[in-house]
Amino acid sequence: MTPATPSSPDLEAPRLHVAPGPHLVSGGRSTRGMMVDVLVGLAPVLAAAVLVFREWALLQLALCLVSCALFETLFARLRGRGLRGRGLRGREASLTDGSALVTGAILGLSLPWSAPWYVAVVASAVAIGIGKAAYGGLGQNVFNPAMVGRAFVMVSFASVMGAASYVRPGADLSIVTQATPLTAAKEAAGAADIPGLWPMFLGVTNGSLGETSALACLLGGVWLCWRRSAAWRIPAGVFAGAAAAAAVAVLANPASPLGVPHHLLAGSLAFGAFFIATDPVTSPLSHRGQWLFGLGIGVLVITIRMLSNYPEGVVFAVLLMNAAVPLIDRATIPEPLGGIPSADREAAS
Amino acid sequence: MNDSGPTAAERFVRGILPENPVYRQLLGMCPTLAVTAAVKPALTMVAATAFVLICANVLVSLIRRLLVPHLRILVFTLTIATFVTIADRVLAAYLYEMSKALGPYVPLIIVNCMIISRCEVCASKQTVGVALADAVGVSLGFLVALASVATVREILGMGTWMGLPVLPEGVPRLVLFVMPPGAFLTLGLLLGAINAWSARRARRRASATPRTVKEAA
Repeated sequence: MTPATPSSPDLEAPRLHVAPGPHLVSGGRSTRGMMVDVLVGLAPVLAAAVLVFREWALLQLALCLVSCALFETLFARLRGRGLRGRGLRGREASLTDGSALVTGAILGLSLPWSAPWYVAVVASAVAIGIGKAAYGGLGQNVFNPAMVGRAFVMVSFASVMGAASYVRPGADLSIVTQATPLTAAKEAAGAADIPGLWPMFLGVTNGSLGETSALACLLGGVWLCWRRSAAWRIPAGVFAGAAAAAAVAVLANPASPLGVPHHLLAGSLAFGAFFIATDPVTSPLSHRGQWLFGLGIGVLVITIRMLSNYPEGVVFAVLLMNAAVPLIDRATIPEPLGGIPSADREAAS
Repeated sequence: MNDSGPTAAERFVRGILPENPVYRQLLGMCPTLAVTAAVKPALTMVAATAFVLICANVLVSLIRRLLVPHLRILVFTLTIATFVTIADRVLAAYLYEMSKALGPYVPLIIVNCMIISRCEVCASKQTVGVALADAVGVSLGFLVALASVATVREILGMGTWMGLPVLPEGVPRLVLFVMPPGAFLTLGLLLGAINAWSARRARRRASATPRTVKEAA
């Protein structure tokens, strides 16, 4: 007679909830809760996108959400089989934590309204498969999955993702007959072609689906920071870094049609600052690190806008700073209360 | 100095898959990443590398009794460099366009660790026949690796294979795959797939063995 062995080892494993102290207030935090917060925060952005781009926004977003969910299931299943044993972490848990939906929503809102269907599908597959699953799933990924997918399709399908694809002359929707503000600034360099600050703040300009309205991003972003699902220091750092770099750019070239406020409102700076850079997995842990991370993104965005062939640089700025996060984290380990200052520790060792 | 070691047949078979230079030993990464954007340059590179590898292995094996231990690496490098220069000049004379397309990567065969490792592991210790079989086997393994990476990259990136159209016009091309990041992605994914496949085979073998032992007992 053998002792009764559990049929599935993970049924016996205690469910541990890992959280930083103080535990009196940490009980309610979960991955799922944070992801729901992000989806709620994205609601105003989606509303603005639907108002500006009508059915295009809904189609693109639905396509990205569905394909991200499908690829998440597929890759979780592949990994579950690879790990041996049934239902080892991944299968059910990975879809229900909502992270795939957040990736899909951010990816969908970062695509141009005119992108063909295969762009969304390929971007989702790359985001979930190469951006996340290949690293070992949520929490292990170095780069923001949605931005990995976005960068992949941006480079792969340059003809349908470039600045020209945003514009369709003679379309029913008058907004999409004009160039995006940053492309207009890059090509025409005449102040007349740049939309005013107020339309750019409200979002009645051409652009990627979720990026046009700084107001909607601000509403959703403030909600996220208030819920503490996003670290407010990161978007603050992004805006500060971008403002400083834009001031330098304006001083260096006073003839430029873009002023500092234009730079802050144009493109996907606000969307990226609040929703992309604040991904808790791929951003630094310490307060100082979050400031550094945000400032780096802001400066890089403006640098790419001004000095590269791309009109906008949020995707590459976020990916570059993602790569620097381990370094930032290592350099900004905070002193524990009552702990030995690191200088003394080094001197002692 | 004795000439014992794996036999010629063993050396030949090991070089192709069990000890594949790229997928198993991760040697020769530079050509694997740099010239596999299309199948044709990849095959040219394989041919040049195979020529150098076979000649160097045979020559080193012939002079193995003259080698002085502390100078052997120098002798290997000079031997390899001689044959690389021959390959480079022949390519430039008869396949000028291809030679230009491959650029610095033909001279860089000199520093391909795959070749020097074969000289060190096999040719400097075993007879000419074994060294020849080893070089041919490893070259075939290199062919398998470069051809597989280049096939994936050319088909996905340009929709062609050796310049012949494979994918229909309507299928979107993933241009990233013919660019440098595509090389890393393709190699990583293929390496992962091969590791997963061999891990599964090893597991199967492990789970099969105890049963047969039990049955035999």
